Amino acid sequence: MSILVYIEHADGAVKKSSLEAVSYAKALSDKLGGGDVIAVALGAIAEGELSKAGTAGASKVLHVNDDKLTAGIIQAHAEAVAQVYTQVGANTLVLAKSSLGDAVAARLAVKLNAGLVSNVVDLPDTSSGYQVKRSIYTGKAFAETTVSTDHKILAVKKNAVDLKTDGADAPVEAVNLSISDASFATNITSTDKATGEILLPEADIVVSGGRGMKGPENWGMIEGLAKELGAATGCSKPVSDIGWRPHHEHVGQTGVKVAPTLYVAVGISGAIQHLAGVNSSKYIVVINKDPEAPFFKAADYGIVGDAFEVLPKLTEAIKAIK
Amino acid sequence: MKILVCITHVPDTTSKIQFTDNNTKFDKNGVQFIIGPYDDYALARAVELKEQLGASLTVLNVGEAETEPTLRKALAIGADDAIRVNAFPKDSLFVANQIAAIAKEHNYDLILMGRESIDFNGGMVHGMVGELLNMPSISPVMKLDIEGDTVKMAREIEGGKEYLEAKLPLIAGCQEPIAEWKIPNMRGIMSARTKPLNVVEPKDDTTATSVVEFKLPPAKGAVKLVDKDNVEELVRLLKNDAKVL
Ligand SMILES: Cc1cc2nc3c(=O)[nH]c(=O)nc-3n(C[C@H](O)[C@H](O)[C@H](O)COP(=O)(O)OP(=O)(O)OC[C@H]3O[C@@H](n4cnc5c(N)ncnc54)[C@H](O)[C@@H]3O)c2cc1C
Ligand SMILES: Nc1ncnc2c1ncn2[C@@H]1O[C@H](COP(=O)(O)O)[C@@H](O)[C@H]1O
Repeated sequence: MSILVYIEHADGAVKKSSLEAVSYAKALSDKLGGGDVIAVALGAIAEGELSKAGTAGASKVLHVNDDKLTAGIIQAHAEAVAQVYTQVGANTLVLAKSSLGDAVAARLAVKLNAGLVSNVVDLPDTSSGYQVKRSIYTGKAFAETTVSTDHKILAVKKNAVDLKTDGADAPVEAVNLSISDASFATNITSTDKATGEILLPEADIVVSGGRGMKGPENWGMIEGLAKELGAATGCSKPVSDIGWRPHHEHVGQTGVKVAPTLYVAVGISGAIQHLAGVNSSKYIVVINKDPEAPFFKAADYGIVGDAFEVLPKLTEAIKAIK
Repeated sequence: MKILVCITHVPDTTSKIQFTDNNTKFDKNGVQFIIGPYDDYALARAVELKEQLGASLTVLNVGEAETEPTLRKALAIGADDAIRVNAFPKDSLFVANQIAAIAKEHNYDLILMGRESIDFNGGMVHGMVGELLNMPSISPVMKLDIEGDTVKMAREIEGGKEYLEAKLPLIAGCQEPIAEWKIPNMRGIMSARTKPLNVVEPKDDTTATSVVEFKLPPAKGAVKLVDKDNVEELVRLLKNDAKVL
């Protein structure tokens, strides 16, 4: 039986989280004794870019090169993926957790009669039945979850398995589908998106600022450090509430949940709702002038000091080791 | 115009998460329950739309009797009536089937939910209900206005937002800044006591998943503090110990 992976792309490149989903599917397939790992991409994107899914573990990439699918229209994507899933005779769909992926996966669960597990953090245990570990309570706990249906959908969280890069380029095959007009009932009229920026949910390193940064005019320091680290920038909720930073940078319980290898928090107190969005980070660095700031309890490394003194020095020190 | 808002009854965001019965049950001891924060945004926007358009507003929860204070709070915030489907919410499919059954019976024009519940964080129920009812489901929605039978929305995407339009009926999973959370006032609290809260039995018992065991993450080690005048030491630790640079 084969595994289908729904891959997303942005700015003409396959998203890193989608490549991780491919590597997850490949590891799952190896664990179950082999079978094809087929990736499917929707909409306009260069074939050369798609064949890269092979390095992450796909044996083949199917490309539905229909311009109408380039924008992420949820129902249309769900219909397209369902058709491909049936055509290739898959029994499992794997995808990366994302705002589009979640919405598409939920519709597919009903369409395909498939048990859906979201926020998957590890490969399933198939020694007896089918048991998957997923993150719940915004990263504060895990649930070992059994799936009782024949068909399965796994929405994997970042870092669920290591991204593989040792596969060969995969052949890309064009697929034509006919999608019903009804699935295009929602009409995207425009988008307002920063291009060329490192996407926060995808980033390997994140530098976030809180109310301790005092005002938007001081964000140059956060951006300077982020640039030196190749990081995305984030912020606490009050910072986006007051409008110092755009809403899509707000990290936490009610914002973006990040899972980078390094999270640097500057002038953020570490309220439990903020921590809920960062507790899947591998390493956390906290810079805060208050030694009692709760964030230090969740940190691996910390500096007690004034951000306005520490940030420029830290940025220089990182520049120096390059 | 009829609006339905689906709300969860979840532990307060500051709760310490613990389990009992050999890690098979959530430990409610000392935990305060609230309307899910995203559901609270959905409810707040629904109350505004109700006032603006003269709509009726129903709130729905799939849960056992203990969730009724949460439904009463939603009534105090401004819903006209409440429905409780009397069942433990076994999994997202189970919940979606109950919501879809109620929606088929009452023909709501607009169904608002939260972008995700904060207990299981699936962000799945709205999409499932959308598919079950063959309606568009859009999430996460950060702005929603109704003009005639057209709904104009902004949806958050990675790195920005997209603007979209669709016709009613539809389902939206909401998040801030769609509206500001509303705090019930005294009059709301008084009137909530007499507003209808109807309890109905579940229609369908299908599930696709079940939890066999809960686990907690390992405790975090102590923080390693570096002197503020020696930032080079931090860089060295990140490079050589953590190996992240
Ligand atoms: C239901 C709910 C959901 C929420 N969701 C979120 C969420 O998703 N994300 C989120 O972030 N918050 C969330 N919050 C809010 C949260 O409770 C906190 O209020 C918020 O995180 C505090 O932001 P802050 O740390 O930037 O600001 P503050 O709490 O004001 O902390 C500022 C910090 O900066 C430090 N500081 C000040 N000056 C300096 C300086 N010169 N140098 C270094 N440090 C300095 C101070 O010591 C302090 O620790 C939520 C709250 C609720 C009730
Ligand atoms: N038991 C429930 N009762 C009513 N609505 C629910 C329930 N569970 C989830 N929902 C709704 O579905 C949204 C998404 O939930 P989830 O898919 O669990 O993340 C929530 O924000 C609620 O609006």
